[in-house]
Amino acid sequence: MTTIDTKNKPEGSGPAAAAPLLEVDNLHVEFRTRDGVAKAINGVSYDVSAGETLAVLGESGSGKSVTAQTIMGILDMPPGHITGGEIRFHGKDMLKMSKEERRKIRGQKISMIFQDALSALNPVYSVGFQLAEMFTVHRGMSKKDAKLKSIELMDQVRIPAAKDRVNDYPHQFSGGMRQRIMIAMALALDPELIIADEPTTALDVTVQAQVMDLLAELQRERNMGLILITHDLGVVADVADKIAVMYAGRIVEQAPVRELYRQPTHPYTKGLLESIPRLDHKGRELYAIKGLPPNLMRIPSGCAFNPRCPYAQDVCRSEIPPLHEISVGRGSACHFWETVMEGEVRG
Amino acid sequence: MGRYVVRRLLQMIPVFIGTTFLIYYMVYQLGGDPISAMFGDKGADPVFVRQMREEFHLNDPLIVQYWYYITDLLHGDFGTSFNGRPVADELKRAFPVSIRLAMIAFAIEVVVGVGLGLLSGLRRGKFVDTLVLAGTLVVISIPVFVLGTVAQFWLGSEWGIFEATATVGDATWSQLLLPGIVLGSLSLAFVARLTRTSVAENMRADYVRTATAKGLPRRRVVTRHLLRNSLIPVVTFLGADLGALMAGAIVTEGIFNVDGVGRLIYLAVTKHESSTVVGAVAALVMIYLVMNLIVDLLYAVLDPRIRYA
Ligand SMILES: Nc1ncnc2c1ncn2[C@@H]1O[C@H](COP(=O)(O)OP(=O)(O)OP(=O)(O)O)[C@@H](O)[C@H]1O
Ligand code: SF4
Ligand SMILES: [Mg+2]
Repeated sequence: MTTIDTKNKPEGSGPAAAAPLLEVDNLHVEFRTRDGVAKAINGVSYDVSAGETLAVLGESGSGKSVTAQTIMGILDMPPGHITGGEIRFHGKDMLKMSKEERRKIRGQKISMIFQDALSALNPVYSVGFQLAEMFTVHRGMSKKDAKLKSIELMDQVRIPAAKDRVNDYPHQFSGGMRQRIMIAMALALDPELIIADEPTTALDVTVQAQVMDLLAELQRERNMGLILITHDLGVVADVADKIAVMYAGRIVEQAPVRELYRQPTHPYTKGLLESIPRLDHKGRELYAIKGLPPNLMRIPSGCAFNPRCPYAQDVCRSEIPPLHEISVGRGSACHFWETVMEGEVRG
Repeated sequence: MGRYVVRRLLQMIPVFIGTTFLIYYMVYQLGGDPISAMFGDKGADPVFVRQMREEFHLNDPLIVQYWYYITDLLHGDFGTSFNGRPVADELKRAFPVSIRLAMIAFAIEVVVGVGLGLLSGLRRGKFVDTLVLAGTLVVISIPVFVLGTVAQFWLGSEWGIFEATATVGDATWSQLLLPGIVLGSLSLAFVARLTRTSVAENMRADYVRTATAKGLPRRRVVTRHLLRNSLIPVVTFLGADLGALMAGAIVTEGIFNVDGVGRLIYLAVTKHESSTVVGAVAALVMIYLVMNLIVDLLYAVLDPRIRYA
């Protein structure tokens, strides 16, 4: 297997320049509930190539998981409705595929790692059964062979004494080990793309790094695309190639990881960066974004961020800012991105 | 698992003793001097009465009487009714009929109840779901007596789809079909509703979502992952209900003239046949306890979190 180091590649070459593996294009999703229509996704576009890691950032409710669920085809429908856009995998719109075609992509080509492995694994089946299921169902393997493969997988994600533990149930494992099993399950059929929705949030701080490192390493080894949904800006800096920042169901800023850290071009991103606790600034009060995330049933007109934005002007309340292209692979949905870019990052 | 079984078996002993004593006590209190009752207005020979009281230990304190009774019982001797027939014979005749009836009711309750529950749980808010909810509500709210009589008249006598009554003595399977349906209908309604709620709840569970995300065919997601978990609370209900089906068939047995345990107990109570009543109930308690054990074991098989607790 070729190992491609995606992190130290020169700009504009390597996997990022190849045709994207997955393209989300102007996606719209809404939830029609008794209380009204929540516009959860309002024109999200992002793409990932093989071997590339895209980190998706944004506060709670910004639509990170809903986008991921829509890509996987596991959105609750109803109440969810896809009202527009395309999701292209190898250039083919998955939203137009038959149920059966999509099922064949799930787990085999694109797989997903969930936040809480304890609830995401079935409590009544052994982990071995749940891993083996991938092989018996998708590959028609015998139970015996599938079990051997499961043990092999558990070894690969470094679960000690995999052979003895293959028949154990999810509740008998520690949080970190359970998440490794989730990772093993996602990797089972050598998918091209993995979506990890806050894979370490539910874990102890001490094991978070281990699990994240494992995931990053396996991704690099297998040259998979990775969409990493996270709150943790520290993790992002270490493993991601590029970042998409979401706010109220839109991408407000998109950039290669280092550029975004060095020079954010959207007030929201800037606020996020300034709220990272930093050792050298210990004792100083954290800058946090003031105000609350918008109600998705009544998203503010114009720029959704305007009630909370220190840069807001009249135009922000009337006109939705498009995603201005700043440079290749870099965009900001702010009317005043130039002003924001010039400012220093406080923190 | 082995230790779990042993523990559960040991737990059954005090429960068995407690319930049988309670029944013994209550039936004893039920009243009348059974010996005098035997002779009615004629009046009995006092010597003979004394002899009888001796034989049936009626002069001893209740707890001693109970002791005699329970030791006999454990030797398979259910005692003799006052008219001289061994209670065991009566039970041997009545129980198979009731067990057959209960099995029919149970099978219908499980297959149709779980089936309807799954269907409506998967299509919550749709037409099928509304239909199942309304139908089960009707069944739950109609008294068994009315349901049984109506079913007997239309399905049995008028349209002749089922046999309307059973022959006294040994009822055949086909004669028990309609009473079985009537008997199982109430539980069926409960099972359907319980399954529906459980399925609808688990459908949104993370592990079901994972199963879908794994690319498993929907059939497998539903049967292996969703249904298996949803059945855990249903199995608990089913276990408790199996005992109730045996004991609670009095009304149904009455309507369809089925000569089962319910009828036996009813007749014994009216005739103050204490030993028959206690014997029949003790046998029911035993069946109930064994059923409960089986359910608990099944429960442990279904849910490993219990097995390893
Ligand atoms: N099944 C659903 N029914 C109704 N609304 C939903 C459903 N799933 C998500 N939503 C709504 O969609 C919005 C976006 O949710 P999403 O889960 O994508 O947020 P998120 O960015 O992943 O947040 P978090 O960081 O908390 O995971 C939320 O306001 C949420 O209430
Ligand atoms: S468009 Fe206006 S309100 Fe929105 S982020 Fe930019 S400055 Fe703030
Ligand atoms: Mg989320």
